[in-house]
Amino acid sequence: MAEKIATREAYSKALVALADKYDFVVLDADLSAATKTGAFKKAHPDRFFNCGIAEGNMMSVAAGIATTGKSVIASTFAMFAAGRAFEQIRNSIGYPHLNVKIGATHAGITVGEDGATHQCNEDIATMRTIPGMTIINPADAVEAMAAVEAALNIDGPVYMRFGRAPVETLFDSDYKFEVGKGVKLADGNDVTIVATGITVAMALEARKMLESDGISARVINIHTIKPIDREIIIDAAASTGAIVTAEEHNIIGGLGSAVAEVVCESKPVPVVRVGVEDKFGRSGSVSAMLEAYGITPANIAAKAKLAVSLKKA
Amino acid sequence: MNKIKLDELKSISSKIRIGIVESIAAAGSGHPGGSLSCADILTYLYFEEMNVKPEDPKWDARDRFVLSKGHAAPALYSTLANRGFFPVSDLITLRKIDSYLQGHPDMKGTPGVDMSTGSLGLGISAACGMALAGKISGKDYRVYTVVGDGESEEGQVWEAAMFASHYKLDNLCVIVDLNGLQIDGPVTEVMNPMPHDKKLEGFGFNVITIDGHDFEQIEAAFAEARKCKGKPTAIIAKTVKGKGVSFMEDQVGWHGQAPKGEQTEQALAELSANANI
Repeated sequence: MAEKIATREAYSKALVALADKYDFVVLDADLSAATKTGAFKKAHPDRFFNCGIAEGNMMSVAAGIATTGKSVIASTFAMFAAGRAFEQIRNSIGYPHLNVKIGATHAGITVGEDGATHQCNEDIATMRTIPGMTIINPADAVEAMAAVEAALNIDGPVYMRFGRAPVETLFDSDYKFEVGKGVKLADGNDVTIVATGITVAMALEARKMLESDGISARVINIHTIKPIDREIIIDAAASTGAIVTAEEHNIIGGLGSAVAEVVCESKPVPVVRVGVEDKFGRSGSVSAMLEAYGITPANIAAKAKLAVSLKKA
Repeated sequence: MNKIKLDELKSISSKIRIGIVESIAAAGSGHPGGSLSCADILTYLYFEEMNVKPEDPKWDARDRFVLSKGHAAPALYSTLANRGFFPVSDLITLRKIDSYLQGHPDMKGTPGVDMSTGSLGLGISAACGMALAGKISGKDYRVYTVVGDGESEEGQVWEAAMFASHYKLDNLCVIVDLNGLQIDGPVTEVMNPMPHDKKLEGFGFNVITIDGHDFEQIEAAFAEARKCKGKPTAIIAKTVKGKGVSFMEDQVGWHGQAPKGEQTEQALAELSANANI
């Protein structure tokens, strides 16, 4: 297996790699060692501005810079971006549709030992309610690097969700990334697993488990949660008749909700959601956390069977 | 300041106040008190101080203005209209459906509005961002922002103040509209944010305290702000809420209600007398 790389590391590499090609500055809120924007600071000290522990101010400062025509990457933990600074993102960045790209790291429960206060399972939900916000949740390092460049090419705000924990690299370097387009990674007839972020690799494993039980599962990677690829979801609902979603996020308001909205309105079939079941996080190792919260290939496979059974009901 | 210029500025500010009263009266809602209190500051900024082109509102080299106390939008709109950014006759569309004059400033829809504001505390941070961008790009435009004294109860105002000082944003000028009243009463009773001068000095600002309705003092303060290098300037402008309309002056009740019928007539009569029109 290839070396595991955290998406925050890939984000960091992308910032440095893209510095000459795009005119942007990077802001951070005293977390550059953890968000990994520190590498950009080292390479381009004149384009990096620490805002200190004041995330609300950072987001509005980012907006002010963006009004002058410069793109801005504003980075902190997901909790302090989409949570603490929600209103600044909504009113200063979202409402005027400014070119601020939010690099939110340490999303979800795989923050691990730091515990509930730092484990943001709500960011997709809050960001999704802001009109014009693009949300990208990459599955691996390749997708994370592609997401940063794609974000810089978007006219308007983008929320990029990165993780702390190293994850398997799924895609090779010629992987084609297109914002707003889901990716069918494997075909199947009985059920579709729609996954995002770290659950994409789990979905592929779950597919193998289901295969041995005689269930044929399609796997779709939704890296762009907003705007969501309605077409690929409606087609999956029509072709396989049942859907299970998987995400490292509260099952309320995230990918599961977004998929259910599309399915309910356009092609009603059973949708079962795997994710954090409306609970706060806690301290624990990454693997222990995923096990404790049911974000595992085994649970995705079990919920896929449930979705199939609901189809037959 | 010679008398001709002073009289001219007084006449302009009265016209701007007329626009404030007419637009809020037409809307049936809005914030006259805090709009009237900052009208003289906005008059001086847009008619004397700031380098702007009404015919090219997004001119790259322009000085920027952020109305951090966004509820004073009628003052900004009336100033921009009187300066030629859009027709004065459009002011009465304020707050109406499909008007480009939203209840709080919208940079996407209104010519001359440099930042969308309304939620308190956010505008001063955006102004810091604009000032920092000027430094990064080596452009010599200046950035001005008006913050309310009630608004300064928001913690973000002080995060921004720290930022402005840390990055030595001497191209930033923060004007505190110290009218002493907020929705629930006198600022000193609701949640005392004073003393602004000592606090801002402590945060590293060059602080100038003036009468915010005295054009000579306003002129001197902005001139001093320009000269100050290495740190941002804060102008503490002591003002009267509702200034220019006798029955609104220093009355907390006129923070957020529109004048009706005879009230509007009286207000306009008082202001017209000052505008010599």
